[in-house]
Amino acid sequence: MRTSQFKDLTATLAPLLRDNVDTDQIIPARYLTATNKKGFGKRLFMDLRYEEDGKTPRPDFVLNQKKFKGAKILLGHKNFGCGSSREHAPWALLGAGFNAVIAISFADIFRNNSAKNGLLLIELPRKIIDMMHTEVVENPKEKAAINLKNQTITWKKQAHSFPINPFVKRCLMEGLDDIGYTLSFADQIKAYEQKTR
Amino acid sequence: MVNAKKTLYEKIWDAHVVREAKGEPTILYIDLHLIHEVTTPQAFTGLHNRKLPVRRTDLTIATMDHSVPSINRKKLPWPDALAQKQVGMLADNCKKYGITLYDLDSKHQGIVHVIGPELGLTQPGKTVVCGDSHTSTHGAFGALAFGIGTSEVEHVLATQCLLQNKTKTMAIIINGTLQPGVYSKDIILRIIHELGIAGGIGYTFEYRGSAIRALSMEARMTICNMSIEAGARAGIIAPDQTTVDYLEKRVKFKNDSEKKKAIARWLSWQTDKGAKFDKEIVMDAATIEPMVTWGTNPGMSVGITKKIPDGGGEDIKQALEYMGLQGGQKMRGQKIDYVFMGSCTNSRIEDLRVEASIIKGKKIAPGVTCYVVPGSYEVKHKAEAEGLDKIFLSAGCEWREPGCSMCIGMNGDLVPSGKYCASTSNRNFMGRQGKGARTLLMSPAMAAVAAIEGAVGDAREYLEDV
Repeated sequence: MRTSQFKDLTATLAPLLRDNVDTDQIIPARYLTATNKKGFGKRLFMDLRYEEDGKTPRPDFVLNQKKFKGAKILLGHKNFGCGSSREHAPWALLGAGFNAVIAISFADIFRNNSAKNGLLLIELPRKIIDMMHTEVVENPKEKAAINLKNQTITWKKQAHSFPINPFVKRCLMEGLDDIGYTLSFADQIKAYEQKTR
Repeated sequence: MVNAKKTLYEKIWDAHVVREAKGEPTILYIDLHLIHEVTTPQAFTGLHNRKLPVRRTDLTIATMDHSVPSINRKKLPWPDALAQKQVGMLADNCKKYGITLYDLDSKHQGIVHVIGPELGLTQPGKTVVCGDSHTSTHGAFGALAFGIGTSEVEHVLATQCLLQNKTKTMAIIINGTLQPGVYSKDIILRIIHELGIAGGIGYTFEYRGSAIRALSMEARMTICNMSIEAGARAGIIAPDQTTVDYLEKRVKFKNDSEKKKAIARWLSWQTDKGAKFDKEIVMDAATIEPMVTWGTNPGMSVGITKKIPDGGGEDIKQALEYMGLQGGQKMRGQKIDYVFMGSCTNSRIEDLRVEASIIKGKKIAPGVTCYVVPGSYEVKHKAEAEGLDKIFLSAGCEWREPGCSMCIGMNGDLVPSGKYCASTSNRNFMGRQGKGARTLLMSPAMAAVAAIEGAVGDAREYLEDV
């Protein structure tokens, strides 16, 4: 039912060198009155991206820079996605064309929400992330290759392994629908309900 | 059996396991699912597309809180047509699926984390979820409560279960006695400051110690509410007589023996003596000052007599620039333009009583706009019966209708760009209370003092008022 599948990709990176990027920054609350999952991409990082008038692009913001256009991987830093539980955050990232986020660490609820939508989160050590931030600014056309099966991201000919929960990996690889998965254990749910009634 | 000693978290977890298998997440049963207008429309659409019913309408409770106006809410159309549509959609979905809804005409309407406990729904040993990160509030009752995203809301609606992996556990032990004028909000701001906003990732907290035991249920909710601001999945406080006193008035029992059994069951939810936590931190309550945030996340806070950081990393520089503050300054005396008294953190009757006792007989400072937004109609009606509304109104505050209001600013209650807001809410993120808004998080007492002084003060100097 859901497209939670992640397809391996080779793409350029957009660097967002900020710690604690909260979901209010990713998608401000004033856009949360929408009742479907569409249209959040153009609101991604709205208040970092535009001046207060909401129209004039801030030239120093990464997504406004021509050299990072077309990036499909967002390079973050520490504790990415903290704060509100809004799933609109991964919807906005995906809507804006990002299929993966790399960071030193991710917040708990954002991690769950991303997995359900096929947005791959890649955790790498600080040393590698900091190096990538430096190198991507020098060479914005450099591409990274993500191989989910092998759990590697190859950057500048070097493959870095990343950890991933085995079930999340399975969901992302197969596009597994977790509601269908849980309902396949309907008998056990019923048994639990009877036992605890 | 070796190692049979368990933490409260592990006990609640074990009692809710539907299925466990190696390499797969646990299927965990959910006892209470709270829903609201903002994080459910897409979940109901998913359910509709799958042609599935809501599995347990009896365990699902809805209210509208995030985007509802705090003024003139009965006058249609609302200024925000999308908000009105979203709220209407919740009402339609609740009707279609047979879910109990406390709408704007209900005397129980309010912020979802205020009404759950008020209605006696939040109880020790339960698993409680909601599409809202501050669901951790309900942990104050010894429940395992945490926020989920919209896909997970759909998952719970369809299956009454969630796929979960166990967290680690952290004991946060606060011993000793709080100074007068220092409140549970100051405790949690200090904890977040010490741990950092990512310090709790992968953990469930259990707050323990004599200072926690001495707190009322409402004060405990304030602490558990902000567990997520340290990155934790959940925060729990084991039930005791304080919990029982709060609940027994609110839970309906058929007879006395049923009540006795329930109380015994509630009190049985405890961490075993000698159970091991993965991490432990200890703090002396007497060392906690009134806290104020100066930056753009809840960990960027300082005791009222201390100076804010001077220099430091890029994040500190960015925060100071956004906040228009100078490194090395004190927050005391910082001018404020707005005061927001409300949110799921601090909008309950005890909060309003403290605020009113400080404000009573005084006027708020010239140029200050002060919103008082009770957490629910129950809180509002109680406050009005006690005459608190009159105290606020005659001081020059606005007395509004229940909801999330200026904490998230989805309903048009916004702080203008560049203005400072002394707020009893939970997040001082950039733009949280409005584009360019500068939020200073603090306790209700500190917010009341700020309203009167027009600047950040020290609640300990108003003790004769409380």
